[in-house]
Formats: sequence, C-alpha cells, structure tokens
Amino acid sequence: MSARDRILAKLNAAPVLPKAAPDIAAWYQTHRGTESTAEKAARFRGCIEFAHAEVHVVSPASWPQKLAEVLADKQIGKLLVAPGTDHGARAIAGLTSGGIECRGYDSRIEAWKEELFHDIPASLTAARCAIAETGTLVLWPDEHEPRLMSLVPPVHIVLLDAATTHNTFYEAMQSEGWANGLPTNALLISGPSKTADIQVTLAYGAHGPKELIVLLMGEAA
Amino acid sequence: MSEQALNFMPSEGFRARAKDVVENPFLRQSFRGAMDFLINKRITQFPDPEELESLRTLGEQIRQYNLGKLPSLLVELEENLTRNGIKVHWAETPDEANAIILGICQAHSAKLMVKGKSMVSEEIELNHACEAAGIDAMESDMGEYIVQLAGEKPSHIIMPAIHKTKQEIAELFAAKVPGIDYTDNVDELIQIGRKVLREKFLVADIGLSGVNFAVAETGTLCLVENEGNGRLSTTAPPVHIAITGIEKIVEKLDHVPPLLSLLTRSATGQNISTYFNMISGPRKPHEKDGPTEVHLVLLDNGRTQAYADEQLRKTLQCIRCGACMNHCPVYTRIGGHAYGTTYPGPIGKIISPHMLGLEATKSMATASSLCGACGEVCPVKIPIPELLMRLREESFSAPHANPAMRGQGAGYSALVSTIWRGWAAVYRSPALYRMATWLGSRFGGLMPSNQGPWTSVRVPLKPAPKRLRDLLKERG
Amino acid sequence: MSEQAKTSQRPADVYFFATCVVDQFFPGAGLDAITLLEREGIRVHFPEEQTCCGQPAYTSGFPDEARKVAALQLTLFPNDWPVVVPSGSCAGMMKHHYPTLFAADPARKAQADALSSRIYEFTDFLVNVLGWQPEDKGGDCTVVLHTSCSARREMGVHLTGRKLLGGLNKVKVAQQDHESECCGFGGTFSIKQPEISGAMVEDKVKSLKATGAERVVSADCGCLMNILGHAAWKDKQAGLAQPSLPGEHIASFLLRRTEERSSK
Ligand code: SF4
Repeated sequence: MSARDRILAKLNAAPVLPKAAPDIAAWYQTHRGTESTAEKAARFRGCIEFAHAEVHVVSPASWPQKLAEVLADKQIGKLLVAPGTDHGARAIAGLTSGGIECRGYDSRIEAWKEELFHDIPASLTAARCAIAETGTLVLWPDEHEPRLMSLVPPVHIVLLDAATTHNTFYEAMQSEGWANGLPTNALLISGPSKTADIQVTLAYGAHGPKELIVLLMGEAA
Repeated sequence: MSEQALNFMPSEGFRARAKDVVENPFLRQSFRGAMDFLINKRITQFPDPEELESLRTLGEQIRQYNLGKLPSLLVELEENLTRNGIKVHWAETPDEANAIILGICQAHSAKLMVKGKSMVSEEIELNHACEAAGIDAMESDMGEYIVQLAGEKPSHIIMPAIHKTKQEIAELFAAKVPGIDYTDNVDELIQIGRKVLREKFLVADIGLSGVNFAVAETGTLCLVENEGNGRLSTTAPPVHIAITGIEKIVEKLDHVPPLLSLLTRSATGQNISTYFNMISGPRKPHEKDGPTEVHLVLLDNGRTQAYADEQLRKTLQCIRCGACMNHCPVYTRIGGHAYGTTYPGPIGKIISPHMLGLEATKSMATASSLCGACGEVCPVKIPIPELLMRLREESFSAPHANPAMRGQGAGYSALVSTIWRGWAAVYRSPALYRMATWLGSRFGGLMPSNQGPWTSVRVPLKPAPKRLRDLLKERG
Repeated sequence: MSEQAKTSQRPADVYFFATCVVDQFFPGAGLDAITLLEREGIRVHFPEEQTCCGQPAYTSGFPDEARKVAALQLTLFPNDWPVVVPSGSCAGMMKHHYPTLFAADPARKAQADALSSRIYEFTDFLVNVLGWQPEDKGGDCTVVLHTSCSARREMGVHLTGRKLLGGLNKVKVAQQDHESECCGFGGTFSIKQPEISGAMVEDKVKSLKATGAERVVSADCGCLMNILGHAAWKDKQAGLAQPSLPGEHIASFLLRRTEERSSK
C-alpha cells in the first residue's frame, strides 16, 4: 500500500461526522455593507495608506504625467514595464521623452535574472481590481506582466481603476467568478513588504518592495 | 530519523527548562512585553464583540465542515492540482516527507534551497535532512533566518525570533555575516538580511514553502505573509516544493476570505497580511517567470490519529494563528523553547502528542492552569482546555487495549490513581467526608509546614478550626 | 452571565452549595454569604450531605472519579429552587461540565441538565436574580477585585462582581494590570508545575499590590488561597507582621459594608 492509500484508509476508517455547509454569503450579507465607488475608494485609500503605501489620485488622461513626477521625485531613472499592455505602452510613450529608461519585461526570466535582481529600481504594473475593506490590490500576473514585476524591484508602482474596487475579498471572488478559473498566480497586495521579526519593531522593505505607490485612477480627478 | 530527534528536547526536562526562563527576569520581561504588544494589536482588530463571535462561529463551521469531508476533499484536491500541473506527494511520516523532498532536490542536482516560513518543515526537521544530503537549506523569513544563524529553533510559530533582543541579533549578525559592522538599528539589520538573502533567491535551485489553505475545488495553494520571502521562494527558483499537513484543506474558494480575516487579525492584529499568494500551477509555456515545477507534499505525521476521535479531531481545526500562545500565561512565563517541541504553547500541547506520542510529551498537558484564555481567543473555537483535560486522562489512565492515542497510559501511576480513587471514595460518601473534614479541622494545626511544591512560594494550607457546617450548627 | 432573565418573583428558598474549599478553609465566607441571603428574606437550605463538585478530579484527568463524586451532588437538590454557589469555578463545573460528564448516562444527564439551569454563582444571583443594590454603610476604602478564570470565562462573574462593588458609594475599585490573567492556581497545576505557577502568582500579587488597594476581594476561594498564600509568604520573607495584602471573599466584604454601624 502506498502512503496515499494508507492515509486515506485511516481517514476513511474514522467516524463520519458530516457538518452543515457554512453559509458564508449570509455572514457577509449581515456583517459587511456595500458602499458607493467614492466611499470604497476612500476606504481603500485609508487602509493602504495606513499600511504605508503612497497613494496619488490621477485621471485616465493624467496618470503618465503623475508617474513621471513620482519617478523624478524619487530620482528613479529606470522603470520596468510590460510593453504588451496598454498601460505599459502608454508609460513608455510618456516617459521616454522625459529621459526615463523603460525596460520591458520581454524575455523569460532565465535570460535576465541578475539584471532584474540588481539593476531595476522600480516597476509599473496594473491592478486587476481592489478591495476596500482591507486596502488591498489584486494582481493577476500573466505573460505580459509576469509575477516578479511586483516583487523584486524596490519600488512598485500600481495603476488602479477606482471603479474596480470591491467592498470585500469575498465580493471580489464571487462577482468575478474566481472559482471558475484562477491564473497560475493570483496575488493580494496590501502594502510594501514589511516585518516585525526583530523585537516586534516594524521595518519596511524586508524582501519585497520597500515602497508601494498607487496611482488611483478616478473619473473626477 | 528517530522520534527522539524530532522531539528535540526530552519532555522530562520541561520543568528545568521552564525554571531557567522563569528565573531570568530579563527574558520574563521581554516575553511579557512582546505578548502584551500582540494582545493589544489583536484587540484593535476586533472592536465589535458580536462580529468577532459570529466570525469565530463561521470559522469553526468552515473548519469542521471541511474536516468532515477530509478524505474526499484530499482526493479532489489531488485531482485538481494534478490537472493544474502540480505534482502531489503523500507522506505518512517525517522520514517519508524528507525522502520525497530530497528526491526532488536530487533529481535537479540542487545545491541550494531557500525556504519560506514553514512550521511543517520544522516538524519534519527538513533542515537536518538537507544538511545530511549536502543541500544547503536556507531560511528566508527574517525571524527564521536569525534563528537559523544562531543555531536555534523558532520560539513562536508566527514570531520565530521573539526571544531575541535587537542587541543579540546585532551581535549575531556582526559575528556571522561577513563584512558587516555592528548595528542595533532594526531597519539596518533588516536591510542586511535582505541583502544577504536576495543573492540566495537569485541563485537558489529549489524554493520551499508551507501552505496556509489548500483549496480543493480550484487546486490552489494559498500563502499568507508580510515580507515577500514567501513569494520569492515560490516564484524565483525553478522548482517550488510546498509542504502541508493534510488538514489545511478547504473545499471551496469562498471558504478562504473568512479564514484569512480570522488568521491575520488574530495572529498579528493586521486586517490583512501584506501578501496573500494564491498558486494554482507552475509556469505555463508562454509565461516568462514562475517555477517550471511545483510539488505539494501532504503530510500525515499523527494527524490521522487525531482525526479518528471525534473530540480530538477538533485539534485539526487549527489555522496556526498563534493567538493561543500570545494569550497564554504559561507561554508568557516560559517562552517557546522550554516546551521542547516544534509547536509551543497551547496549540503545541494539543497537537504534539499526536506527532510524538504521549510518552514524549506527557509533561505538556499538565503545564496548564486551564485558565481558558486560549480557547477564548481561538479564531476557530478549538476547546483547548477541554482537549487538555482529555490528554491528561489519556496519559494518566492505566494502559488499555485499543487506545485512542499512541502512548496512552504513559503518565499512569498506580499510586496516583489509588490516591484519586481514595479521594473519590471519601468525597462520594457524606459520612466519610464528614469524618475526614472533622479530623482535618481538629488537627489542622498539625499540618506540616512543608507542603512540598505548594509551600515553595506560599504559606502552608491549614483547614479552619471549624467547618462551615459546624458554624451553621452553632448558629442554630 | 446567567441566561435567565431577572425573575420578577424573588425565590423564597435557595439551596446553598458551599464547595469543599469554603467548607474546610473559608467557612466564614460561606457563613457571610448565607447571612447576606437570609437578610434579604430568603430561606437558605444547606444540604448536609454535600461534599465537593468533583472538579479537582475532573480537571486532573480522572473523570471517572469526578463522576462518582458529582453523582452524589446531583441527588441533593430535589426541590426546584436555585442553587447558590459561592465560587465561580465550582459553579461553572456544575453548570457547564456536569451535562458533559454524564453525557453517556441518560438518567443522570437529565438530572444534570435540570440542575445546570438552577446553578447560580453567588454574585450572579445577587445581581441577576435578586437585583440587589447594596447600601454602603462603611467608610472610604479602596479594594481590588480578582475574578477566577472559569468564573470569568464560563460565568461572567467579573461583571457581576464589579457591579456589586461599584454600587458601594465609598468603595473605590482599583484596576490592576493584566486583570484577566490567571493567578496561577489551577488546582493540581500548582503542585505539578510549581515554578510556572509560582511565577504567575508572583506577578499577580505584584499587580494587585501595585494598585495600592487595601485589600483584594474575590468570589473564588481557590484563587484567594493561592494569592493570599503567596502574599503571606512574601510578608514572612520580608519579616512583616501585618499582611501587606489582606483579602477575603466578596460575600464577607459585601456583608460588612452593608451592616449597620460598620467601619470597613
Ligand atoms: S489553536 Fe486556535 S488560537 Fe491556537 S494557533 Fe490554532 S487557531 Fe490559533
């Protein structure tokens, strides 16, 4: 018998104690409200700023300019972008004239791992959506915008459309039908990397980005 | 590997180790301070008692529902992970788990493994196994890294290096990290760790991680963390191996949000962790990064024993938040190392006997005043005090056939059992009780002044010269 | 807190289950509790056959022995009167653990369930059944309240105790740090793990003393035995003649405060 068979045999020999399925929808129904887009954006912002992220309100037209300002402010001369995405293409178009070098994530990681780890000070990605309750960005990395973009560069800049903000994590997965198919890697990001492992003292930039900057794109701004 | 090696400090030494910490005012103060900090952080996350209570009830229901279907969910999980391209392995014992992991490493001629935080890997003593096989297994969680550098074990499941001061860590780094000057600035210390470990992530052959929730319906492994080392371990190296106990499974994706909320709020008082990482497969052909191979090792190691008993099964509801240890007055006094087991504190007391047997863990269940602080905060409502009483019974009762636990009767003493039988004989008989207490009240003055452990820090107990029943009679 | 709503009808009769610790070690506390109830016009019945709730064996891992002792107590309260218990942990045992203890014995389980609904911890009974409002006749005084863990977590006694003390005009109730933390008694725990238990009671006594309160009161004699025993031991070490932290059962304190021409 294999370990699998032995484990399953032991479990199947145990008393069967069926329990009613939990009613998760009902709990969220009674304990979490639904807010307007503006309220959700405000809640999102409050939470993620509390977690030490930097938030800038931008418009669909103005964000490349804000991006340029943020980079100039932080004296960052090089940005990792996803050329195969709309926002990546716009960033390249908007920044190159300002003297910022845009590095595209255009080949498999094996070809340029060292460069990514040592020579990329910042990256730009989009967020798929956000969660107001916890101040959380949702990223679904893909072939255009791979997983390590939001992880290895010390500064991570995220473009978020405020209209995609959900009230809760539960609402996000339910309304977007996540159970029907998840990408190889789905991520919730709620601030810059941090640790309190030394004497419960909070320090940022443990292993992931030291700075998380959100370009919060609303209609009005 | 023998059981003794796993139970890395024998149970017999528990009292002596506890005494060492208790008598060290500095350590006492630092544990107290850290636990107070975590307790207060948790409180800020649960301002509404009704919300907390209903969410704990929901958490309990979710865990019990999923445990109720555990065998079929494991099969479903295996099917869906396999469909997603994740290879599933089953291990009944730590030895089997280590052999599986080393086999994967060897197939890739791996030299360096970076590890995200995984208590299950501590449970199987993976680092020893790797060392013996010539593989460098490097911890990357800051706390785990510090503890590994010091040649120690984690003293808390969430905060592995909580027993160390920043000065101790500063000295450790200065001594062990080449080219580093002494600094006790926490930011600088973290940046030193970051720099060292980045180079490891860059070149590691294998990334190892634990799992917080495994979702059966989607074939997804979920990881909770703040540092980003968990993401790096599971994304940067070409091979990712995850290891988990068989109980960490949920059927539906929508079971995850309530459990995640309970976990981070109870553990560190955060409304959510910085990262929640959901892995549903290795790199697809057109993707540019991520591991090309992902493995999951499902570990039993005594969990099926707990599962076989309705009451003991509740142990498996645990989501490893650590709140029970943060709130435990015993843990607060003695810290994590004194327990001598991978999992310290209340959860350690109830889970370790299934992993190591009652023989090796018999002191643990007695090291509780049953104050109930653990059960009160447990986000999935595990009745920890009730389980401790059950473990006491399993340990102290005379060995019998078909025991529910390995090592049943390990703490059996004919003398102690006789004393309790005698006690019951007196206290179940009004006449004997009256006689015994009358004698006590008459000769209370003869009580010895040395009453063993009681009088080590207390004055002796003396029955009152008149019992309540005597006073009532006198009063008429 | 008791699930029962405040009864508009005050019971005329109650049973008193003293507990073995009160009977043998704190008889004065038992007498004071009975006196206070009688002063409120209640007939208090003390079944002579009572011994112990069985908790020591139960928590030590000897449920069979606990069951034997508990079975005796089940038979002592035939009338449908409330059973008042001057100890939160023993009340918790009878109210919450008897039904579990007899789960496999249908006849006794039914008795245990019926008894469970009639069990009241002393301060719970005063507040939630009698709606008793103490009238303070003593002088200015500061006390600190310690509530046992089972009383707090199973019976909500910290709330009723606080409410009663709060109703005394001239009594200030001090707030100790780590109030909800265990004093380290835990029955056989104090014998099996004396180092840890000793560290816990040491910290508890320090917290209580740091409030500057004149005395500690508690609704649980197990904790008092531990706390006062350690405080007295410390005093002895320091060569003090007067106790630096006197203490008593809350019943004794309440009775004295509300008696005519009382001092403290
Ligand atoms: S037993 Fe409960 S409180 Fe303790 S770690 Fe597990 S889930 Fe958390």
